[in-house]
Amino acid sequence: MYPILRRLVSTLVTLILLSMVAFIIIELPPGDFADMYAAKKVASGTVVTEDEVIAIRIELGLDRPPYIRYLKWISGILHGDLGFSWQYRRPVREVIGERLPMTLVLALSTVFFIYFTALPLGIYSALRQYSTIDYTLGILGYIGLATPNFLLALIFMYLGHLWFGTSVGGLFSIEYESAAWSFAKFIDLLSHLWVPVIVLGTAGTAFTFRTIRATLLDELNKMYVTAARASGLTEFRLIIKYPVRMALNPIVSTFGWELTRVISGAPIIGLVMSLPDTGPLFINSLLNQDMYLAGAMILIYCVLAMLGSFISDILLMILDPRIRLGEK
Amino acid sequence: MVEKANKKTENKVRRIDLATSRQLIWWSFKKHRLAMVGTTIIVLFIIISIFAEFIATTGPQARNTLYAEGPPTIIRLVDESGNLHFPFVFEVVRKRDPITYRSFFEVNTAVRWPVKLFIQGEPYKLFGLFPCNIHLFGTEKGFIHLFGTDRIGRDIFSRVIYATRISLSVGIIGVLVAFIIGLIMGGIAGYSGGIVDDVIMRLIEFIRSIPSLPLWLGLSAALPREWSALKVYAAITLILSGINWTSLARRVRGKLLSLRNVEFVLAARITGCSNTRIVVRHMLPSFLSYLIVDLTIAFPYIILAETTLSFLGLGLREPIVSWGVMLYSAQNIRSIAHMPWLLIPGLFVVIAVIAFNFMGDGLRDAADPFKK
Repeated sequence: MYPILRRLVSTLVTLILLSMVAFIIIELPPGDFADMYAAKKVASGTVVTEDEVIAIRIELGLDRPPYIRYLKWISGILHGDLGFSWQYRRPVREVIGERLPMTLVLALSTVFFIYFTALPLGIYSALRQYSTIDYTLGILGYIGLATPNFLLALIFMYLGHLWFGTSVGGLFSIEYESAAWSFAKFIDLLSHLWVPVIVLGTAGTAFTFRTIRATLLDELNKMYVTAARASGLTEFRLIIKYPVRMALNPIVSTFGWELTRVISGAPIIGLVMSLPDTGPLFINSLLNQDMYLAGAMILIYCVLAMLGSFISDILLMILDPRIRLGEK
Repeated sequence: MVEKANKKTENKVRRIDLATSRQLIWWSFKKHRLAMVGTTIIVLFIIISIFAEFIATTGPQARNTLYAEGPPTIIRLVDESGNLHFPFVFEVVRKRDPITYRSFFEVNTAVRWPVKLFIQGEPYKLFGLFPCNIHLFGTEKGFIHLFGTDRIGRDIFSRVIYATRISLSVGIIGVLVAFIIGLIMGGIAGYSGGIVDDVIMRLIEFIRSIPSLPLWLGLSAALPREWSALKVYAAITLILSGINWTSLARRVRGKLLSLRNVEFVLAARITGCSNTRIVVRHMLPSFLSYLIVDLTIAFPYIILAETTLSFLGLGLREPIVSWGVMLYSAQNIRSIAHMPWLLIPGLFVVIAVIAFNFMGDGLRDAADPFKK
């Protein structure tokens, strides 16, 4: 239990530091909410006096020193209050709450997609090294790693437009968009989800594929494989039981990274393919310097990433007794 | 037969024995075919960015209003009736549909515009010094747009050439700054050890635990809107390298720690070298090749990050043109469906990243010639 506890404490400390970084990013742009409010009012033709701006500033506590504002912000977050989005004129919590589930669905489906494709392909490629399929997969892997996600999304959308004449963006057909959840809506979601999942998962699949292939190739040359073969195990059992199990370690330990990568890549895909997830929300808040929303989103992305690496460490402890028992 | 073979290996062994480690690295790098392909492509990109003004047919902001949203022109050798000519392009005329008023381009096969090498065109300054007006190729009559034009008639080919320069420079400066920060931080951590080492390592772990893209986006969104394009360029490059130095610092620290008690370092210390001299003159050269590998691998990440930021409108801005800035105009499906050639800069990104990955792989295998 001890190592897990220690891990938990370090995760908590990191989270506190992360919240500070998020707050700093919120505070970075020149001008504050009061200035922005005034600018908006002026733009719409209303006269705003200097006194009014100061009044707003005092009311919102913007005249206090940064560390007090940070404490106020963070205690608000602990009570579930993420601040106010001036762009949507609603509390940040409501705005994000509507879309966050979609982000999670997308991220988890993508991670599953990555492992379900990369593992079999990687194992196959390692077993049939230098075969045509191995080479083809290798080249595809290089291309997959080199193509920015958003470019892949654009290409998919262009091809969809060319072949089907429809837009492949979004996660629902129009008739289901505002409908209540039902089985038919779920099926509709699945029929749309695969495109962003593939787009988002390509780089991860390529990376995982390369890792599993390389580690498995190392393992296959070891003596214990020969020994197992000599003792008469069938080839399939032998491969699955010993070298593949060994080769899984680096994959499991990078599960957290993978989740982080998928989650941090998601906003752009969300924007390009106009998905109803937090992606467009995040990017637009950044473009409009709607910093409370942006800061909350950064914090959420960080928390999800921390969660990923935490899960990954726990999994590794379960899988590998050397780590579980700890060398010290 | 056996004797001959023996003699052959003997010669080879001798050659290897005499070779400097730099030669060994070069030999093993040369054997890596993909790495050589990658290196060739990178050298080509570098040549393109040095001679951008000469290779491009127009300046990056020049507009051809007669041919806005025009598709790529094809260089031909054979005309309508099957006669062979020197390279030429057909005349293109803008027409308007009398019913829908949508404009379209009609190729007039009766008029040929010959394409010539080393043609006089828009004046520029080569290397910013020598006034010149010779371009690699072009047409005397009419115009040529190899990759088509964008919404306001700017030549995509020329812009891609200029963008190559900017994108590569972001990568190079970013990598160099990351290199310097990584070297200093890793050097301090690895050489002093103790609490300083602990603090720096925790800092690195912390930076690495932040999801990179949201952090980049957040930082670049926080840049003041009224900054000039050049200032933004500098800031973006710094942001990208400010997050990328960590892996390098880790490598430097690890190597320094492992070298601390090696004989040659002890010898240097006994001779009375200063700490700085020991690190810079004696320890650093022994693992420089690994650092170069790390730099090559970091390069494509920075290029991809810059492209992504600029694509979203949070990175570089006009009038500075990078691949990402060009892709910014291809953000929605309507413009891509209408002008698919807007995606061409993306192809350059992919090629550059693959080339750097190839080169990095080759360098990694070659970095330690004494391995095995």
